[in-house]
Amino acid sequence: MSVYHELIKNYERVRAYMREFYLYGFKSREEYRQKSARAYDDEKRRVESWLGDYMRFVRTADGKNVFLSVDSRSSRHNPFYRSWKAKSFTDGDITLHFILMDLLWSPEVSLTLRELTERIDRDYLSNFKEPMLYDESTLRKKLKEYASFGIVEVEREGKHTRYRRKESTPLPDRAVLDFFSEVAPCGVIGSYLLDRYDPDGEEIFAFKHHYMTAAPDSNVTAVLLDAIHRHRIVTVSNLSRRANEPRENRVIPLRIMVSVQNGRQYLMAYQPDFKCIKSFRIDYLSNVRLCEITPRFAELRAQLEEMEQHMWGVNCRRNRFGRDRLEHVEFTLRIGANEGYILQRLEREKRIGRVEALGNGLYRFTADVYDTNELAPWIRSFTCRIVQMNFSNRTVENRIKYDLRRLCEMYGIEEAQGDDLQ
Amino acid sequence: MIFSELYSAYYTAVARILSAVLAGENDEKRLREIAERYAFRESALNILSSLKSQRWQLLTEALQTPLRHAPTMPLTLLELRWLKSIEDDPRLRLFGVTIDLPSDVEPLFCKDDYRVFDCYADGDPYEDPHYQEVFRTVLDALRAKAPLKINMLNRRGGEIFFRCYPKRLEYSEKDDKFRLITDGCRFIQVLNLARIVQCVRCDGEIRYRPSRWTEKHDTLTLEILDERNALERCMLHFAHFEKQAERIGENRYLLKIRYDCNDEPEMVIRVLSFGSMVRVTEPPRMVELVKEKLIQQMECHLR
Repeated sequence: MSVYHELIKNYERVRAYMREFYLYGFKSREEYRQKSARAYDDEKRRVESWLGDYMRFVRTADGKNVFLSVDSRSSRHNPFYRSWKAKSFTDGDITLHFILMDLLWSPEVSLTLRELTERIDRDYLSNFKEPMLYDESTLRKKLKEYASFGIVEVEREGKHTRYRRKESTPLPDRAVLDFFSEVAPCGVIGSYLLDRYDPDGEEIFAFKHHYMTAAPDSNVTAVLLDAIHRHRIVTVSNLSRRANEPRENRVIPLRIMVSVQNGRQYLMAYQPDFKCIKSFRIDYLSNVRLCEITPRFAELRAQLEEMEQHMWGVNCRRNRFGRDRLEHVEFTLRIGANEGYILQRLEREKRIGRVEALGNGLYRFTADVYDTNELAPWIRSFTCRIVQMNFSNRTVENRIKYDLRRLCEMYGIEEAQGDDLQ
Repeated sequence: MIFSELYSAYYTAVARILSAVLAGENDEKRLREIAERYAFRESALNILSSLKSQRWQLLTEALQTPLRHAPTMPLTLLELRWLKSIEDDPRLRLFGVTIDLPSDVEPLFCKDDYRVFDCYADGDPYEDPHYQEVFRTVLDALRAKAPLKINMLNRRGGEIFFRCYPKRLEYSEKDDKFRLITDGCRFIQVLNLARIVQCVRCDGEIRYRPSRWTEKHDTLTLEILDERNALERCMLHFAHFEKQAERIGENRYLLKIRYDCNDEPEMVIRVLSFGSMVRVTEPPRMVELVKEKLIQQMECHLR
């Protein structure tokens, strides 16, 4: 039977559990059938160890439920970043790390593999009763890994290879890291940098409407951003909510789209198999692998930018022949003379749409979009002042109207209190 | 790419422990405190026993270390690339600092590689020198815990003057705005930074007047009908609140959200955006607000 360890080698499994605990949190132990009950207990214990301050328990008829609850407004830093700091390692890894960094303590010091091996044994490990043994091959591998991390430099000098520490770069201002670790993509990297400061430092920022949901997806996002920046094709596994098994996709990543109104992040990518640009939820993606560079990046990015003129969110429907299927959305609002703030709201939230005054306190919003469905929640948020809707997609229009009638029924509002919805 | 032991809480804790030992602080109690502070809840025992048992050969039996220098590590390439990326962000200019990076570092991403597609269009003017100056004055006062003298425009465009202690700079990604949370002023507790006309740091103390504005929280209870993926949409949408969900039927759920009562109008429109998939059941005041909106909607004779 495997023994419980607080640290983990692979992040994927805990990513799924954290999402369940944080987003939903109403499942009991018996309902977690992804693996075994034992696996559930281990993951729960780990998450509790990392995020104990945010872990809550509730007893229901179905059993004890575990969930994570975070008020992002009162939490100065995204607590999910802690889970990224739980990577496992071997006894040899940690010992060698601190010894190597001590030997290569300054960029002026440069040592060969042989010199390093000798000094590790002589100056460090000989202080212990049963000294560890590192052969040259282990050491070479570790130094190669550190070179790929950019903390060690490798120099060829005749037949010998010399190793030295990379020049230090000063840490940026702490407030800069405090801020950008919360608002920039892959903020966990900023959190790694913050760990180099004393944790008792100044606390200047708070964050409102701050979604932390994307933190467990940081690695996927980082690899995708890297691929986009380098114009690389990727293969990626996609487990959408409609599928039981993940599907392998080979795509050209073009842009990451971020929602600050629901915390979702999407990848906009070109799918060569279907000859179209499509959006993928990043929380459904895993196992991203970089492939070759594509010469089509600039052309496809330009195509996406053109399509964005008609994207309310992330949905786009351009077929393989480059033809758009656009839908017309038009609705009219009644705004009182003393309700200038509503007009302001309309203007600042209209995105790709247009707003025009019709007179008598009436204002019309129009847009031509790929998917009317994406506007429905926003349109509903104007409930109390919608006087007319005219969508080319009648199904969505009728659904919004039906929804309003259903809402009235749900709240016991009778027609006599107002007027019937046509 | 980003999941490495180099960034782990254990490595951070061990680095701090070794620094303490090199500085002569090598009693076990102190080392345990460090481990508890820098690593996880269950880590201290593991870290100390690994060091003491010499599984990690970094501390001798006498709690001495063969290391000669306090542990440090250069910034990794990933960290440098991330910093290079934020160098491009206009909000960095607010801090009045530059990030000193090697010239050959490539960014991890640039501003065209990602897009926030739903933030409001009237965000703060980060490139405006006056705004930058206000931001820096506030930042400076926050660091020094010094009071501020502020002239600002109220909603009607009139200028008002007051003194306060800055408490926090609150940033909303959705609004793309900074707000200053203050203390010690009777009539203002939160103000938009962009409304500040003039802002000066005061030397010495100011008269402290407790705010009349109080932060009051309540619990909003929503009944969710899980159709059209409403449950997931709702859970994601309200994810940034303290919340608790419960299954009450086949596809019905209760979601309790702790919210700031000052944000009630915003909460009402957020709930309404889910249409008939979500019904407010508590508190009665919120139910009434929703009903009021629906009655007004019926009066609109929607066509």
